[in-house]
Amino acid sequence: MTSLTKADIAEHLHSVVGINKRESKEIVEQFYEEIRGSLERGESVKLSGFGNFTLRDKSERPGRNPKTGESVAISARRVVTFKAGQKLKARVEEAHTAADTSTSEDGGNHDAGENDV
Amino acid sequence: MVKSELIQQIAEKQNHLQSKDVETSVNHIIDAMSNSLSRGQRIEIRGFGSISVRHRPARQAHNPRTGELVHTPPKSTPHFKPGKELRDRTNLSRALHPIKDTKDQREQY
Repeated sequence: MTSLTKADIAEHLHSVVGINKRESKEIVEQFYEEIRGSLERGESVKLSGFGNFTLRDKSERPGRNPKTGESVAISARRVVTFKAGQKLKARVEEAHTAADTSTSEDGGNHDAGENDV
Repeated sequence: MVKSELIQQIAEKQNHLQSKDVETSVNHIIDAMSNSLSRGQRIEIRGFGSISVRHRPARQAHNPRTGELVHTPPKSTPHFKPGKELRDRTNLSRALHPIKDTKDQREQY
């Protein structure tokens, strides 16, 4: 199954909300831009029913180049984390638990659900 | 920023659209993303990031304090991987903007 993209969402808005294609494309683009802008200003984004995008400041820590084994410092940085809300978690859990027990028996492939529905 | 503020921000910049249409659209975008993940379909937004469903099989674990055997059920949860533009923009503004809303965030965990 291919991924859900901005084009898919815009197409969906056009057919469901009844706004024209250019407008729906713009709204989808702006939706993600507003979230990026808020996070850029240091503000977390909370979408009820979906989840929260929050920020974390990480201090410098030692790391290793996995290819050469050479040790290098991982610089201090700010990262975005996403925590799914109760509602989304419950929906995803419900839809996948049954399928999961069967896949986990043959090795429990990590990202199994991405291609197998 | 919460959903209502996000809707307001978009509506202010979209003066040819009614704010009701913006509100409906934002709700539909969120629904489309939730539905996609519920079907096990990942979301990929260039410059923003991707969200996929990660599966963890059931396993036998131990309570580290008591050594007691506990059975953990299989789990499936959404996982977000930030895209390059989002990563770079948030990281570059680190010096300019301290993280707001920290108290609220801590209550979430």
